[in-house]
Amino acid sequence: MKAVVCIKQTPSTTAVFAVDNGVARWDDPGGKPVVLNPWDEYAVEEAIRLKENHGAAEAVAISMGDDSSAEQLKTCLAMGCGEAILVADAAFAGSDSLGTARVLAAAIRKIDDAQIAVFGKQAIDGDTGQTPVQVAVKLGWTPLTFVSAIKEVTGSTITVERLIDEGKETVTAPLPVVISVVKEINEPRYPSFMGIRKANRATIPVWAAADLGVNGGVGAAASQADWSHIYPLPERNTVVQLIEADTPEEQARVLVNKLFEEKVI
Amino acid sequence: MSGVWVFIEHQDGQLKAISKEVLGAGRAVSDGLGAPLTALVFGQNVVGVAASAFAHGADAVLGCDDASLARFRVEAVGPLLAGLARARAPQALLLGGSTNGRDLAAWTAAELDAGLVSDGIALAVAGDRVKVTRPVYAGKLLSTVYVKSSPQIITLRSRAFPAAAAGGKTGAAEWVAPARSEADIPTKIVGLEAKKAGVSLTDANIIVSGGRGVGGPEGFAPVRELAEVLGGALGASRAAVDAGWIPYDHQVGQTGKTVSPNLYIACGISGAIQHQAGMRTAKMIVAINKDADAPIFKLAQYGIVGDLFKILPALSAEFRQRLGK
Repeated sequence: MKAVVCIKQTPSTTAVFAVDNGVARWDDPGGKPVVLNPWDEYAVEEAIRLKENHGAAEAVAISMGDDSSAEQLKTCLAMGCGEAILVADAAFAGSDSLGTARVLAAAIRKIDDAQIAVFGKQAIDGDTGQTPVQVAVKLGWTPLTFVSAIKEVTGSTITVERLIDEGKETVTAPLPVVISVVKEINEPRYPSFMGIRKANRATIPVWAAADLGVNGGVGAAASQADWSHIYPLPERNTVVQLIEADTPEEQARVLVNKLFEEKVI
Repeated sequence: MSGVWVFIEHQDGQLKAISKEVLGAGRAVSDGLGAPLTALVFGQNVVGVAASAFAHGADAVLGCDDASLARFRVEAVGPLLAGLARARAPQALLLGGSTNGRDLAAWTAAELDAGLVSDGIALAVAGDRVKVTRPVYAGKLLSTVYVKSSPQIITLRSRAFPAAAAGGKTGAAEWVAPARSEADIPTKIVGLEAKKAGVSLTDANIIVSGGRGVGGPEGFAPVRELAEVLGGALGASRAAVDAGWIPYDHQVGQTGKTVSPNLYIACGISGAIQHQAGMRTAKMIVAINKDADAPIFKLAQYGIVGDLFKILPALSAEFRQRLGK
């Protein structure tokens, strides 16, 4: 049994955005414009733990993206994944989540003995969180979303705890499964020095559409959503009214009066 | 074409708040498209939920009442919904952006090869399309998106739409058989630990949040007290969560929860861009911070520059008196 972790390159959380001729652009004051999607760090860690603690033969990282996504795959190798594969083809550009799901499902199918696919709960760019379930449907596997703990993996089943709106749900399902993980599940490790050296020497194989037998249903032309209209947020047209008084009690009284007047209490 | 469908979530026989919002948004879309509004009511012993869906504005109810649906499992509900949609071809399907609603929307879109737009905060009908305004890049930009095919599947963010009010409308639901028998549903629920009492962040009208400025786990005491006095939820910035002062499920921001309360009181929170992404849609923001240059004051309508350990207790006392608590 192998664990596959699907990761994505995203803008960093500190990125500052602007719109240029309808296209989103960003700069990062921290000088690191793209990163491994923060939610995916937990997925990578969990895939490695499946290998360390639950008998997975390997943790394989895959990413659908352009050539630059090899950098994030190297992070996965440095953390402890044994293999990394870049899934890239000009035909994939502009795919919607369903197109992405078709490509990732084909890539997972190509990995021998893959039984558990791990995702972060969403990516911080599109923020849709749709892909894990859609990949599961395309694979015919069971989706287990918002997983906060893997309780047990036997030869044929998995038991997990899910963090849903109603509370903590414990479910058992037969393998194979697609899981999406939330932040509570673990504390991602830092890449080790040896891991970084190994990752830097690694050559990352590239799987293209032809390698995956993906034929249509992907790319911008197949996208069923029109994403062309993107724009900055309206400014919050507020000028802060600072409440000044001699004592905290007086400040509190003035603020409370204002909030009652504004009818927000 | 069979109009606009809305997926109803319920608990203990009552419509969840998000479903009243979806019914309200669905009514407007139905009227815009000139098509009937059908509520989907799936579960066990849900005759009363169906009646409630009519009372909240549905023109029709399509229901399934079966033990296999007693608790939501996407592998039970997904094939049921997808099968119905395949046979009856709705123009649009609206769901709440809850954990269950998101899973079901993704499943249905994948099974039908249909388009899906998630996390809508505003809807407008143009011709036969529903244009959806949604945040992207963690709320740092907005986009207006529509699905080019049918059905147009859309999930809605919690608290972004006014809830449908209950009226006197009644009707007869149509009941259908489940798509899968229990034996064909691979996932088995073996336990549920209900959420601890307290107001959830995404449902809260009022949120009081603490950040690095509270200084430690004990520093959350006055923040928590004010939240309790106001009947609100307790929030936190990532800095406070990462420091281990408060559990992660209180985190507001880009890698936490996105909230839209009527009132957000930020205490000792500088207002980093990642935090803003999670709370800038609050109707009113109040900032309490000792640093007058903190970016949070650029978002706030009201602010107090000062020591939160003096101001928060004074605020709690004042509110307690005004609210008669």
